[in-house]
Amino acid sequence: MSDQAEIGELLPLPPATFHILLALADGDRHGYAIIQDVEARTNGELRLSAGTLYRSIQRMLEQGLLVETRDRPAPHEDDERRRYYRITALGTAVAKAEARRLTQLVRMARAAGFAPTRA
Amino acid sequence: MRFYDLLLRLYPASFRNEYGGEMRALFARRLQRAGGSGAAALWIATIGEVVFNAMAVHLDILRQDLSYTGRVLKRAPGFAVTAVLIVALGIGATTAAFSVTDFVLLRPLPFPQPDRLVKIWEKTPGYSGMEFSGPNYRDWIGASRSYVSTGFYHIEDVTMITGTEPRRFHGYAVSADLFPTLGVAPIVGRNFRAEDDRQGAPGTIIFSYRLWQTEFGGDPGVVGRTLTLDNEAFTVVGIMAREFNFPRSDSLFWVPARFGERDYQASERTNNWLEVVGRLRPGVTLEQARAEMEAIAARSREQYPKENKDTGAAVYALGDEVSERSRLLLIALSGAAACLLLIACANLANLLLARALSRRRELAVRTAIGAGRERLIRQLMTESLLLAGVGGAIGIGVAVAGVPLLAQLVPATLPIAASPTVDVRVLAFALALTAVTGLAFGLAPVLRIGASPDLDGLREGTRSGGGQKERLRSALVVAEIVASIVLLVSAGLLIRALLTVQAIDPGFKAEGILTLRTELPMPEYRTVATREAFYTRVLQDVRSLPGVTAAGYVSFMPMSTFRGGIWPVSVKGDPNATDDVRSSKSSAVIRYVTPGFFGAMAIPIKRGRDISESDGRDRQFAAVVSESFARRYWPNEDPIGRHFTFAFADREVVGVVGDIKFRGLERQSEPQVYLSYKQVADGAITWYVPRALAVRTSVPPTQVAPAVRDIVRRADAKLPITEMQTVVNMLELETASRAVQVRVLAAFAAIAFILAAVGIHGLLSFAVAQRTQEIGVRMALGAQASDILAMVGRRCVTLAVAGVVPGVALAYVAGRSMEALLAGVKPADATTLAAAIGLAVVMTVAGSVAPTIRALRINPITAIRTE
Repeated sequence: MSDQAEIGELLPLPPATFHILLALADGDRHGYAIIQDVEARTNGELRLSAGTLYRSIQRMLEQGLLVETRDRPAPHEDDERRRYYRITALGTAVAKAEARRLTQLVRMARAAGFAPTRA
Repeated sequence: MRFYDLLLRLYPASFRNEYGGEMRALFARRLQRAGGSGAAALWIATIGEVVFNAMAVHLDILRQDLSYTGRVLKRAPGFAVTAVLIVALGIGATTAAFSVTDFVLLRPLPFPQPDRLVKIWEKTPGYSGMEFSGPNYRDWIGASRSYVSTGFYHIEDVTMITGTEPRRFHGYAVSADLFPTLGVAPIVGRNFRAEDDRQGAPGTIIFSYRLWQTEFGGDPGVVGRTLTLDNEAFTVVGIMAREFNFPRSDSLFWVPARFGERDYQASERTNNWLEVVGRLRPGVTLEQARAEMEAIAARSREQYPKENKDTGAAVYALGDEVSERSRLLLIALSGAAACLLLIACANLANLLLARALSRRRELAVRTAIGAGRERLIRQLMTESLLLAGVGGAIGIGVAVAGVPLLAQLVPATLPIAASPTVDVRVLAFALALTAVTGLAFGLAPVLRIGASPDLDGLREGTRSGGGQKERLRSALVVAEIVASIVLLVSAGLLIRALLTVQAIDPGFKAEGILTLRTELPMPEYRTVATREAFYTRVLQDVRSLPGVTAAGYVSFMPMSTFRGGIWPVSVKGDPNATDDVRSSKSSAVIRYVTPGFFGAMAIPIKRGRDISESDGRDRQFAAVVSESFARRYWPNEDPIGRHFTFAFADREVVGVVGDIKFRGLERQSEPQVYLSYKQVADGAITWYVPRALAVRTSVPPTQVAPAVRDIVRRADAKLPITEMQTVVNMLELETASRAVQVRVLAAFAAIAFILAAVGIHGLLSFAVAQRTQEIGVRMALGAQASDILAMVGRRCVTLAVAGVVPGVALAYVAGRSMEALLAGVKPADATTLAAAIGLAVVMTVAGSVAPTIRALRINPITAIRTE
């Protein structure tokens, strides 16, 4: 299946890419919102720099993981200057595939006695 | 924030335009939140972050462009392969030519402060640089203050027994101060010391790297060992570095000259045989040294009016030793390579231009979907640089393969290695060339595209490439034709010159002669009687070999390693006598011969007789002279029976033979005098003792070689046999550098010819394709095939004329500048010019055949329908 092959080629995802996909999972966001979301999700451990963010976004746009969206949110939340991004079907599939890959990895690590068992 | 804007400039413009604003806002917000204390840390982190990410974005784009280029080129493999080959040829040829030219002409000599080293010569009428005599060397250098130090050297060949066979090795006897003057020291062992260089000092020898490797396997233990050379013990004291090739690339060893009083005695003052090198004192210029030497020579002329008559001094930079001819040869080669590169580049530019025009639609589409100009230009540059890069890499391979062929253009007479190597310097040159090619010729189409980012390309059926663009492309093709005409004419002139030189009559018949040298060492062969016994035995046995028709001995074969050997002539009552013992006008070549030499060489005896066995020491000393000698001294008279004084004795002319070109096919040779090998005092004039054997055969000469070798070995097993070869081979060596030059230039011209034809083909094909509709309309309106033919033909003729006229003019200029290489062929040689023009016409026609046919086959209906 060529879709599967395409997804496989993108794995493993760079951490920043994966986090951006996660941030967009429950709705369109602009750049700054993505950074905030990632920061909150990781309890402040991962603070994406502007460069890393937009470099990742540019590449993800080219790879078809994201699209820039023309739909604006409700007027009071909108910020005219900002670009909003939306995850694509391919982006979702890739994020799922990456999650699967990571789960398998953790499972293997656990079997080898490396990872902590779930409390 | 202004600093942050500056940092953002590190990003590609396309990226900055897209995201710069948001990144700026983001950073501003962070800076605000960080407050005073955190600001510094944030700045530091940001600088690192921006540099890293900017690089990463650039790399991303490069990767994208490369993969895009790869896909594009895969779709047009013909274009890609053509472009790469064109670049490879251009860069390969230029790099190979550069590596040789740089090696011989540009690179400083491999000695410390090489620009301070000079060659010092005596100067006599007819010779611009004459070797020093021992006494003059001691007097003149002793009186000069221009040099930190000086040293001299002369040829010294020795026989060494390696294995069971005696062999001859070529080296130099040097004064102990020569190596310090050059600023070199052995890599193993030590330099010669003053006490090694005295008359009667025990023998010492320094090996060249080559001799050390080939004969002693690179064993450092050889230093300190004692060897027997020419029956004398020599201790090896040192080994020179591989880069040390002094004074020539074939120098195998050095021994001290061991001069003593006998070498400086009065009778030695006219024995010119020492080459002298000096290192100028700091602050002393070449002109000052020259002036000083001239003044010293002037004083010396007064002191020794007879011996030093008309003797001056000359000082040249050691780096200027390259002969005018070698210099010209290499400059011509570089010029040819430059022409070829120009053609290759013009072709590449044309290809890229045509391609850019045919890609206007694609580029317009990309612009329409949002690709910025900067991204398009970047994309195009990546493409042309990639093509140039691959071509350049292959070109370097071509150069590496080509350098050994060109190495024959490196003169052996220079203190550099025999062959250049492709080193960092050459690679850097090739790399620079590749980059320039890629940038310059990628730029042409880029400027075209960049200048018109319009959407015309999107409109269906738009005819592009009219007007200005066509003119540019035509100009490029005309440039190709011009350059290829120059190359064709130059190659043609050199071919004519080669044929002329090959047609020069050397004065003997070279086919069917085997020659070799037997050294006849002194003192064993000091007496005439011992030598006579040897010659008689060898010649008798050789002459009785089946397939041998004649054989004889001579001092030196013509055009062999030693080509000099002249002696002053004095004829009683000579009205043209110059009273100058060293003038080239009253001297002749001295050669001792055995009977049969003229027969073996097929040198015609015009009058009188050959030297005979009866010309012994108890008889009147006889001489056979060449025709030019007879003409010089007894014009319109019978020379037979005339007398002259030569080589310490009165001689009577017994025969006249044809002149031979002993100095070389292209050089002036002095008149020749041949003397009987028997008519000389024991131990006198031993340098000219006959040592070269010439054997004329009715079978291929190499067939008798083993038998002749056996005969010599049976006569004296200790004699080394050297320079065994056919005379045809010797003559070929004479024209070898010329032949290489011709082959290289002819190859360049052939490549240029093909490239230019490809260029014409490309241009016309494109023009026809562009005008398909026009042609269709014309045909629909009743134009005949002949009209279409005339239309394409006009283009073709215009191109050819525009190229040929300036081409011929430039070719004439090029021919004039290399006139010295042409052996008398005129730069405006009609045959060559006609042939070159004819070839240019063939090239133009060949390039236009396919496009013309295509134009004629245009179907008016389909052509118009596409509109």
